[in-house]
Amino acid sequence: MSAGLRRGAGGAVLVALPLAFLGLFFVWPVVAIMARGLFSHGSLDLGPVGDAFRDPALRHVAWFTVWQATLSTIATLAVALPATAVLSRFRFAGRGLVIAGLTMPFVLPTVVVATAFRGLGIDGSLTAILLAHAFFNVAVVVRVVGAAWVGLDPRAEDAARTLGAGPVRTFTAVTLPALRPAIAAAASIVFLFCFTSFGVILILGGPRFATLETEIYRATAQLLDLRTAAALSVIQLLAVAIVLLVAGRAAGRSRRVSRHGDTGRTIAGVREWAVAVLAMAPAAALVGWPLLGLVRRSFAHGAAGYSNLTTTPVGASGSGLHALGTSVEIAIVAATLATGLGLALATAITRPTRTRGRPRFFTRLTESLAVLPLGVSAVTVGFGFLIVFDTPPFDLRTSWWIIPIAHALVALPFVVRATVPTLRSVDPHQREAAALLGAPPARVWREIDARVAARAAVVAAGFAFAISLGEFGATLFIVRPETTTAPVAIFRFLSRPGATNVDQAMALATLLACVTGIVALAGERLMPRRRTV
Amino acid sequence: MRASRITPVVLLVVTVLVGVSACSSGSSGSASATKTVTLVSHDSFAVSKPVLRAFTRETGWKVRVLKNGDAGAALNQVILTKDAPLGDAFFGVDNTFLSRALDANVFARYHAKGTDAIPSALRLDPTDHATTIDFGDVCVNVDKKWASSTFQVLPKTLEDLADPKYRNLLVVENPATSSPGLAFVAATVAHFGDKWLDYWDRLRANGVKVVDGWEQAYNGEFSGAAGSKGTRPFVVSYASSPPAEVYFADPQPSVAPTVSLDATCFRQVEFAGVLRGAAHPEGARKLIDFMLTQRFQRDMPLTMFVDPAIPNTPLPAVFQKFATVPADPFTLSPSEIGRHRASWIKDWTAHVLR
Repeated sequence: MSAGLRRGAGGAVLVALPLAFLGLFFVWPVVAIMARGLFSHGSLDLGPVGDAFRDPALRHVAWFTVWQATLSTIATLAVALPATAVLSRFRFAGRGLVIAGLTMPFVLPTVVVATAFRGLGIDGSLTAILLAHAFFNVAVVVRVVGAAWVGLDPRAEDAARTLGAGPVRTFTAVTLPALRPAIAAAASIVFLFCFTSFGVILILGGPRFATLETEIYRATAQLLDLRTAAALSVIQLLAVAIVLLVAGRAAGRSRRVSRHGDTGRTIAGVREWAVAVLAMAPAAALVGWPLLGLVRRSFAHGAAGYSNLTTTPVGASGSGLHALGTSVEIAIVAATLATGLGLALATAITRPTRTRGRPRFFTRLTESLAVLPLGVSAVTVGFGFLIVFDTPPFDLRTSWWIIPIAHALVALPFVVRATVPTLRSVDPHQREAAALLGAPPARVWREIDARVAARAAVVAAGFAFAISLGEFGATLFIVRPETTTAPVAIFRFLSRPGATNVDQAMALATLLACVTGIVALAGERLMPRRRTV
Repeated sequence: MRASRITPVVLLVVTVLVGVSACSSGSSGSASATKTVTLVSHDSFAVSKPVLRAFTRETGWKVRVLKNGDAGAALNQVILTKDAPLGDAFFGVDNTFLSRALDANVFARYHAKGTDAIPSALRLDPTDHATTIDFGDVCVNVDKKWASSTFQVLPKTLEDLADPKYRNLLVVENPATSSPGLAFVAATVAHFGDKWLDYWDRLRANGVKVVDGWEQAYNGEFSGAAGSKGTRPFVVSYASSPPAEVYFADPQPSVAPTVSLDATCFRQVEFAGVLRGAAHPEGARKLIDFMLTQRFQRDMPLTMFVDPAIPNTPLPAVFQKFATVPADPFTLSPSEIGRHRASWIKDWTAHVLR
């Protein structure tokens, strides 16, 4: 009896805490800034939304936004899935390094890698946008799908093979369905990143391309036209809601797959090596080429770019290295916040419930709400922060905490999205069996859920860290002298002419990528290995 | 029933979280012995540490600087937060956005010490809300390497840039997202009047390239920037870019690798003001006064690459040697820019981008 009560109470905390966070730091500011645009003379005026819908130019912008994000997601999956297969199915020397390398783009400012793409002579085209989006997002697929793939029980595939299915049929009939929830989760994250992408569209697409995100930025930050911005935000939210609905359907009912910890084996024979290398090649080339270009450029004048990072530029509050330290500090706090809240929410969403039906709607809604921050413009959230947190003791606008909180907000959707499919795949019978044997709920969670979720949680925490390290869009509006992060410092170096500034920007970007790589590598080491559940 | 047991816990956690943050923000302000004045600005604001220390020594006020994105975004944030200002003073609204700041009434009236020394051509707010601090010229810059390797004659005027012999050479910034981009459009309006869009049609036919911001234009597309892989030898930048190229090179060359074209320049004037509703208005007033003193004025060229508004301020050597101040730049009144800014950008976008 008391166990049941405790379990209910625990569940409520698991949901309430993350929801309070989202409500306070996301829903409130976004609603407040949109209300400024949509309320005129004290009454709600949805006229601008209607106008926006009727405006053919804006309709085109909305359409292009969805279109480019869809194509970008497909391109990313096409490049990343073969690599993911190799990285999850096989163990080989340097595997961790490859994964670390693929994660590096995630933190790089677009301005910094734009040169490499410009070298291909495709800038100002849709191709440039798609390639750049794939470059930045390969890691999402490799990590999220990889976490599920590694844990897949190979015995099902073996059985299919024994029953006479060829490799293709085995893949489509056994492997793919089991991976579907993870692929849908990764695809929806990639879609949302591309949907709200800013730098890639402006820098590689050029001013000819406009998306909802760039138009909201222009309306808010340049024109101070909050009516148009609010109308566009409504359209953005609607589009995101539809996408989440579709992704939810595509994920299908998750299957109960028994998990085997790490199931990778070594590559055997020349043929397997050849297949593995071929499958890895597109992702390796796409990510490796710009990274190498960056490193080369950072050494344009020997190590000067690096050694100058220890000195404080005139007018700055600290050196480039200091900014890197600040970034790491903030990223640790943001990742802790996002992982804690995200895991709590994911656990709550996937908790087995005795009464069917009732919680389905609520959990779906919660899950969607948790992902929403990825689909809303950084400038909307940033300006929203400014107008709601303006009275003490809630005056967070000049506080150190505002940056890690904003970063955690961006990372939270990722944590939820990356861990929910894994947690869902836990066989409820295992939990029931444990409970029957007398284990209290906390122990059941620790012994069953936590073990299964450990890999996904490490991946999620690593990504939350990387997201915070690389976040720029929201940071630039709320950055304070004490919180100058590395991406902001890079941007400031590049906003001045002269060789020493460019050198330092490239050197700092290289170091930022290295920190990310090292953390990803450490995450791989931390990964739980062989275990039978 | 269950929920009621939980709510206090949640409230407690949220309160602690917010409390911690409130403390950390409060400690920098009230707890310190000296008084602190907060300056809100854009991302390009910079001042040397010794100069700020001198201000603290002379007045007892410490300065905290909040940089809030580019010039447009920073001003918009000031306007949005005017009921509860982020700080006490604002630096960084220029003549292309001055009317928006004045219409929104963000500044308190203040006649700063030193204002009377500013030339009247730069004093664009007679109501004494916005104080002129500096100016700069947005001009087309040319890569000298290009000129010497192709034996071409440098262009001189805006008309020259539309000449077919300079085809596919110019890169400009989008006026919708870039402050120099908007200034260059203003230059064409000032020069061509009603026919300014025809000029842009000709530039478009002549292969002008548009990018979104100065960083991409200068570091990415312009061939004259240090270490650039860019291919375009003409770029819309500043009259102070050639001295900056010299100053930030190691070792510094004896001649600037680039040159700015005096007949293509639009004058940007930059203002500061005391924010209405400031918590420390007297600190803000002292800070504005300080910005017009020689110590601050002579620091600006090498920190923000702008020209001091107070005449006869000694200039650093690289400025004396490599910077030119155009004698007769294009200008437009802030109110005219304010009235037409939105329609210019709209028409420009339709003609040049679509």
